[in-house]
Amino acid sequence: MAEIADDGGGHKKGGKKRAKKQSTKIDMTPMVDLGFLLLTFFVLTSTFSKPKSMELSFPAPPPPNEKPVEVKNGLNIILTKDHKIFYYKGQFNAPDNKEGKPATQLTETSFTPEGLHKIILEMNSYAHDEIAKLEAKVKSKQMADTTFKRLAMEAKGDKRSLTALIKTDDKATYRDVIDAVDELNVCMVGKYVIIDMSAPEYALLTEKIK
Amino acid sequence: MSKGKVSKGGAPSLDMTPMVDLAFLLVTFFMLTASFRMAEPVTVDPPASHADKALPDNTILVSIDGLGRPFFGVSNSEAKVATLMKMSGKYKVAFSEAQIKKFGGMSSFGVAIQDLPKYIDATEAERMKFQPQKGVPNDSLRDPQLSDWVRYAAQETNGIYIRERDKAKDAGKDFVGEKVRYAIKADATTKYISVKAVLKTFTDMKIYRFNLITSLEGGATKPAKAGKK
Repeated sequence: MAEIADDGGGHKKGGKKRAKKQSTKIDMTPMVDLGFLLLTFFVLTSTFSKPKSMELSFPAPPPPNEKPVEVKNGLNIILTKDHKIFYYKGQFNAPDNKEGKPATQLTETSFTPEGLHKIILEMNSYAHDEIAKLEAKVKSKQMADTTFKRLAMEAKGDKRSLTALIKTDDKATYRDVIDAVDELNVCMVGKYVIIDMSAPEYALLTEKIK
Repeated sequence: MSKGKVSKGGAPSLDMTPMVDLAFLLVTFFMLTASFRMAEPVTVDPPASHADKALPDNTILVSIDGLGRPFFGVSNSEAKVATLMKMSGKYKVAFSEAQIKKFGGMSSFGVAIQDLPKYIDATEAERMKFQPQKGVPNDSLRDPQLSDWVRYAAQETNGIYIRERDKAKDAGKDFVGEKVRYAIKADATTKYISVKAVLKTFTDMKIYRFNLITSLEGGATKPAKAGKK
C-alpha cells in the first residue's frame, strides 16, 4: 500500500530518451479504510438472534352458569405489588365455610430456587420424575423423540401432576407473570392458567399486604 | 532485489491483499445478512424467560410500553397497507398515495387513526416525541380501534396466506408460508392489568394463542433481580 513511485535519479547512463514509466499501482488506502469502516459498522449493528417468544394459550371464557372445576392437586399463585408473591394449595376455603374446613391462609414466598421453584417442584414431582425417566430412555436410544413428546404430554396432563392457577391483582407487573409462567415451564407443569382473582381471595390478599 | 532480502530504502511494504479480500468478503456478508429494523416509537424492554422458541416471521404484534399504551404493528407490509385501507374506510380518514406507501415500511405505531396521517408525515426522530402518542385507542365500547386493526389485519394476512398457498398449489410447488401468529411484547415494568386489557381485546375475537416475546434469560437484557437461577 501507499507506495511512492520511485523517481530515483539513476538515469545518468545513456543518452536515450525513454518515456517516464508510469506506475500502474493505484493507491487503495482510502478504499480499504472505507471497507473496514463498513465492516466495523455491520459487525457492531447486526443482530443474529431473532427475538425469543413464549407460547401461551389463554382459556376461552367458560359458558355462563358453569360450575367451577374442582382442582385436586392445585397451586394458587397470587401476584401483587412490589414483586411480592403468595400462594395457597388446593381449594379456597372461606373462614366460616359449611364443611368446617380450616380457612385458607396465604403464605408468602419469592422467586428464588428455595421459594416458588421448590414448592412447584414438590407438588409436581410426578410429572417431573416421569419426564426425567423418559429423557433418560431417549438418551440411551430406547425411545423415539415423537414417543417421548407424546408421553411427556401425558405425564404433564396426568391427574397426579400439578395444576397451577396464576392470579394477579391490579398492581402486579408483567415481569412477575412471565417469571411465574417461566417457573412453571421449567418445572414441567403442563396445566396452568392465568385467571382473575375471586372477591374473597382479594379480600384475603389486601388483609395480608396491608 | 531478490525476495527475502530486507529492502534497503523506502518504507517496508507488506502484501495486504489477502486481508483486504477477506475484509471485503465479510463486509459483503454482513451487508447481505443484516436486516434493518425500523426504530420503534418507544423502547419496550421485555422480561427474561427460559423460553427459547424463535418468534415466527408472520406476526401481528401489539407492544405495550411501561405506561400501558398499546402499539400496533404487522410484519407483512402488504397486509399492513390493506389493513390501513380498510381502517381508512371505516373511520373516514383519508390517506394520500405517498402516505400509504410510507406506512407499509413503518414499524409499529401508537396513535389514534385520526392522528395517523400527521404521524406518517413526521420524520423518524419526530415520531419519538409525537403528541398525542397515547397508544392505539382500545376502548371496547366507545373507541375499539385496536380491535378493528387486529381484526382487519388478521383478515388480510389470512387472505394473503390462502392466496399464496393456492398459488403454490396450482404451480405444483411446496408451500412454505406460515399462518399468522399473534405476538405480545410488553415491557417488564408494565402493569399486568394493561396487558390483560389487550389480551381481552384478542380473546373477545376468539383468539386464544399468543406468542409472548421475552428476552433470553442470562442474555443481553438481564433483569435487575437477584436470586433467580
